[in-house]
Amino acid sequence: MADQEKNTFLSRRQFLGASIGLTGTALLAPGVFLYQTAQAKPDAQPVSDTVRWGMLIDTNKCESGCDDCVTACAEENGWQNQTGPEEVKVQWMRKVDLKDKNTGREVSLPVMCQHCEKPPCVDVCPTGASFKRADGIVLVDKHICIGCRYCMMACPYKARSFVHSPVESHDDMMPRGMGTVESCTMCTHLIDKDKSPACISACPEKAILIGNLNDKQSEISLRIASVSSRQIRADLQTNPGVRYQGL
Amino acid sequence: MANSSEQHHQVIKGTGMLVFLLCGMPSSQAEVPMPKLAQASGEQCVEDTAFMRRNHMDLLKHQRDKTLRQGIRSKSHSLQGCLDCHAIYDNNQQIVDIKNDKHFCNSCHNYAAVKIDCFDCHSSTPLKNNPSAGI
Repeated sequence: MADQEKNTFLSRRQFLGASIGLTGTALLAPGVFLYQTAQAKPDAQPVSDTVRWGMLIDTNKCESGCDDCVTACAEENGWQNQTGPEEVKVQWMRKVDLKDKNTGREVSLPVMCQHCEKPPCVDVCPTGASFKRADGIVLVDKHICIGCRYCMMACPYKARSFVHSPVESHDDMMPRGMGTVESCTMCTHLIDKDKSPACISACPEKAILIGNLNDKQSEISLRIASVSSRQIRADLQTNPGVRYQGL
Repeated sequence: MANSSEQHHQVIKGTGMLVFLLCGMPSSQAEVPMPKLAQASGEQCVEDTAFMRRNHMDLLKHQRDKTLRQGIRSKSHSLQGCLDCHAIYDNNQQIVDIKNDKHFCNSCHNYAAVKIDCFDCHSSTPLKNNPSAGI
């Protein structure tokens, strides 16, 4: 009987996880928020593994139809004004609406790079361009990226994009160029300056919390210790740094 | 011996022709003007001028890896740090970008025929919204 219950539980989890990839509809619209600001770091000091950046996204606060976080991400990182066919536009972040067909319950959530502890994109990169910073943020070193796109195929979250067109404007903080792969950087240029990522600042519902998962007393650690949250496709055991509440 | 002497004679004739042709070339094609470096703001660069001329590319590459991979955003050896001091203004007091021959990087790189691709991705002018950022 216990085994049966366990199997039922697992299949439900698997269903939920799979449903994100299979039945999710890419829409523009969520809100995200950050409670805890990054700890100030001197400019000349390297990041360390005493910090592991993570996010907790409260899907109960995330409105379907709101895409303020996506818009803010695009403007901060310079991918807002893209021309060309829809299917080749880069997308660092997207809103996904899900519906449980059995119950009719609907949730809306933003999906971007999940900043895995064991990132598949890093495993497959032939040049070492995909890498994980000491503080857990997964990045692309575009200086040595050859644009092979293996990482895009390996990523379970479809979080990465390839830049097909020449980048016209370089006025933004994020250097971007044709022929390289890119994805959410958790706004490292802001985090390193003790500021919140753009999506978090933009969320009207303050639905996204960012913090140090390695600090058991941080707000995010206390929250995930007390409320139910889950990682997308946790069955893959990549241990994403992004968790979802109410999913 | 006779063959060798004949070859030697031909070499002398060929050299004489080459000297003749070189002398006949217009002098403007033989000389490329030396680059004129614009004065940067500030009194002293982050390193000696002679050191910077030979090693600036190593400093930039080293800093690029430290910034991207370790999150070190000190400004002294960063690309943005260079651009902040070495911004060049045109006649309308606008900062020129890499498309302009007067851009600081172009002034030497055009002369040396070394193509740089930094600005395929990076801004070639000081960033307005965050001038202190180390990139």
